[in-house]
Amino acid sequence: MHVVQVENVTRDYTIGEVTTQALRGVDLAIERGEFVTLVGPSGSGKTTLLQLIGCLDQPTSGRILINGRDVSRLNRNQRADIRRNEIGFIFQFFALIPTLNAYENVEMPLLLRAMGAAERRERVLHLLAEVGLADRADHRPDQLSGGEQQRVAIARALATDPTLVLADEPTANLDTANGQQVMEIMARLNEATGVTFVFATHDPRVIKYARRVITLRDGMVVANGQGAPTERS
Amino acid sequence: MKQLLILAYRGLGRNRRRSLLSALALGIGVALLLFMAAFIEGEMRSSLELGIKLDTGHLQVRRLDYDVAKASLAWEDLIDDPTAIARQVAALEPVRLATPRLYAGGILLTGDESLGVRILGIDPTSEANDVYRNLVGGAWLNPDDREGVLIGASLAAKRNVAVGDRIALLVNTADGGVDEQRFVVRGVYDTHTPTHDQSTILMPLSKAQAMTGAGERASTVWVMLDDMYAADAVAAALTSDRYEVQTWAQMNPLQLEFERYANAMMIVFYLIVLGITATVAVNAMVMAVFERTREIGILAAIGMRERRIMALFLTESFLLAVGGVGIGLLFGGLGVYYMSVHGIYLGNMAADMGLTGFTLGDRLYGYLTAQDAITLVITAFVVTLLASLYPALLAARMEPVRALHGGEA
Repeated sequence: MHVVQVENVTRDYTIGEVTTQALRGVDLAIERGEFVTLVGPSGSGKTTLLQLIGCLDQPTSGRILINGRDVSRLNRNQRADIRRNEIGFIFQFFALIPTLNAYENVEMPLLLRAMGAAERRERVLHLLAEVGLADRADHRPDQLSGGEQQRVAIARALATDPTLVLADEPTANLDTANGQQVMEIMARLNEATGVTFVFATHDPRVIKYARRVITLRDGMVVANGQGAPTERS
Repeated sequence: MKQLLILAYRGLGRNRRRSLLSALALGIGVALLLFMAAFIEGEMRSSLELGIKLDTGHLQVRRLDYDVAKASLAWEDLIDDPTAIARQVAALEPVRLATPRLYAGGILLTGDESLGVRILGIDPTSEANDVYRNLVGGAWLNPDDREGVLIGASLAAKRNVAVGDRIALLVNTADGGVDEQRFVVRGVYDTHTPTHDQSTILMPLSKAQAMTGAGERASTVWVMLDDMYAADAVAAALTSDRYEVQTWAQMNPLQLEFERYANAMMIVFYLIVLGITATVAVNAMVMAVFERTREIGILAAIGMRERRIMALFLTESFLLAVGGVGIGLLFGGLGVYYMSVHGIYLGNMAADMGLTGFTLGDRLYGYLTAQDAITLVITAFVVTLLASLYPALLAARMEPVRALHGGEA
């Protein structure tokens, strides 16, 4: 079964009397365990597509299925439930809660799922260890480097054991070394856990990690092919 | 729930100065409400209490035709056998004491000056007159004293009269004439009620009766009850075709009217203060929501439902309200305590303002019941939370995509 299925999806934005078509009939499918990148120039629709797949937004027309369930017309709370249970997010701007430390940030999605305290603690510590931040658990975001913050975000995205992780320009605000480290962690976790990763980028150093590259231009998929798996290790 | 509390608490701590100022504004509002409630309630209570103790009593038995304003001394307006009636009334179960009193209008002559006064003939042995026993000089009246009077402290100060001084009194008489007699100031009393003390001269009832030509008669039988709220029942039991019985409520209409007016004014005052504090709370929370738009987007992205986001900001308001109400209780409580114990000195304000029919002491003591305090605090709390519904709803209804981009599409 496809983790993600996008069928003839459009997304229009209307500001005043001007309507902009961000997506114009996108079709694609992503299998479980894939490591896929969406590429394309600014304004090509990468972020819009990620937002629609992530149930943060709704398409103007067409259908999006997550694990076989049509999420295109769900209400706000139903979409929140899908995000909480099936999707993890990694954003360009690190997106941690500034008043919570690394441990609490990773713990937050588990609290929303009402996981028991002992199991929660074990899971959070395991994930922080996975991203190499076991010793930084009690540090707040402003006490962490950009790379460390993004690694906390990765741990948080994986906290609820989602089937799909969406990352929007995850290395855009990182230097080369940190960007590489983040991508390697994502690739390793993809292989280790079988979680599907879909990330948007226009950074060539990141694209090389993808197994499949989907290219968008002007709101349409113009290429959907293999990436460069040999580069990943 | 614990995580909501932590998030809310740390959210408030993010901008400590704003949170503190907001809580302080809320606290000042609550303190002001408590203080004003204690002030008005204290004023109402003391005015009524003083009116009853110094003037009206709980009940007065009078002749049907007696005119209080004129302090009539005509025999047909006076009670013929006041001592016997007082004894009968005092025998009733709810009655604490009953005593005859005679009122007469007069003029005090000192040197070249004259001043209109009220002559009050009292039974010096009755406990009903204990309120006058706070003497700042001289001695209490002897029932058989034929030339001694007591004057109020403010009158003594105003006319520069001291114990032992001789004064002249022109007094209305039962036959419609005026009689002048000289008296010796035996003592100076102080009820701490300048409007009363500067216009009332006390003398033994028998002397007042003799001087005014009232014979054995009195203007009223003045009654105090064990329970003031039994006044209507006792009055109904005493009323006859010859005498009327007036209750404290009938004799203090101004106080009761003012109380109703003051209560209405206080509601307006509460609404204004609560409106201001609610605006402060809303402003603080709206600013917090707009500052944390992206954070709201993150919470929504990781699957926090609308209701929980709303609960987060309501929890923040709840903590703000707890802090504000705590500050208000502290400062308001201290203010009310001080006002209750030490009072606020008013001096001769009531007399200076020309207030008549309204008895005001020289010091106003605050009074606040626990029920009033709790009601005010809960109201302030609820108003703050209700006011916070708007910013909480604003946060909950944000579109995740817009929120993640800091509110921009």
